[in-house]
Amino acid sequence: MERVPILKIGGILLVSIQVDLHDQSVLALQEDLAEKISATGAHGVVIDISAVDIVDSFIGRMFATIASLSRLFDADTVVVGMRPAVAITLVELGLTLDGVRTALDLERGMEILRGLGVGTGATFDARDA
Amino acid sequence: MTADAEPVHRLAGLLRANGDTLVRRWVDTAVEELRGRSTGQELERDFREFYTALTPVVEETARGGAADLGELKSLLEEYSRTRVKQGFTPSETAVSVFSLKRVVFELTESDDDPKLFREVLAFSSLLDGLGLFTFEIYARAREEIINEQSEQLLELTTPVVKIWEGVLAVPLVGTLDSARTQVVMEKLLEALIETGSDQAIIDITGVLAVDTQVAQHLLKTVVAARLMGAECVVSGIRPQIAQTIVALGIEFGDIVTKASLADALRHALRREGVDVVRQAGRTG
Repeated sequence: MERVPILKIGGILLVSIQVDLHDQSVLALQEDLAEKISATGAHGVVIDISAVDIVDSFIGRMFATIASLSRLFDADTVVVGMRPAVAITLVELGLTLDGVRTALDLERGMEILRGLGVGTGATFDARDA
Repeated sequence: MTADAEPVHRLAGLLRANGDTLVRRWVDTAVEELRGRSTGQELERDFREFYTALTPVVEETARGGAADLGELKSLLEEYSRTRVKQGFTPSETAVSVFSLKRVVFELTESDDDPKLFREVLAFSSLLDGLGLFTFEIYARAREEIINEQSEQLLELTTPVVKIWEGVLAVPLVGTLDSARTQVVMEKLLEALIETGSDQAIIDITGVLAVDTQVAQHLLKTVVAARLMGAECVVSGIRPQIAQTIVALGIEFGDIVTKASLADALRHALRREGVDVVRQAGRTG
């Protein structure tokens, strides 16, 4: 099973999904992410799904799950780069992802987190030092 | 057809022997029917081809076997399609096939052999079938044209325009149905990605009526755009439509609605952090 890599940039964790997601890898990703947030104390999570063409309700729910999970660690989640077809599918499935922030691309996603004050904390940003 | 194949299919023999005369007479009859809208030359070329394919079919049918109509049908199909493009009516197309019947009757009417008569009857029903086939092709060709046009219309009537850096507008005009709203939804979402815009204005000033289904589609579009990280404003709701929306109990929730496109643009610009200021002393 392929595991989705989780990268740390400053106080932000970047999850870039480049492979077809199976139920198993989704579960593994949720576990990995929870561990990583708790280990690094990150305050923001960016999930880049610009390479994802197909979603089902399980994957759709993953975004909401990850968001509530990160909130427990006081981290904000932004989902970036959703394709139109994916957005339409999620809407048709009735998954409106309330409570999950979204952005057109990675850059804007990072901007949103920065606007929320994530990644500017004393431990993460050199500017504060 | 006949149990004893003794007098070898007289009709087929006649068709072979009198090929040239028959085709010429056929062309003459058809030209007369079409009142000069087709030249004899064109018709002769088409008819001769058709006639050559027809003779073996008649022979085969007379022998009692199931003849292969494939070649005949493809010839007729091509013939009918060109007729459609040239603006002929289906009757005119079918008549050119039927007129062969008359020509063949004229050739055989002096003969009172009952066997020949039966063969001519079978031949005539074969031509009837082929004539009807041209009708079918005609209808199909028309339908293709209509489908193509309605698709083009769908494309034409739903432009997505960029009215500011990062702001898209979709002016909707006419009647909204599910198919059209679907196209709008897809085009808008694609355009958001293409232009990297995170604001969109859906202007429904030109929309005459909104029902629950259309409203549902509009809401879905807004939510889908939001999932992609863009915000939508709905503008230009006319008084009557506002009444309907309220009467139908449609909830727009936290979706921003504005009275006019101008208001919506101002709203979008403010969110982009752009301020439009009139310069003093330069009015008008």
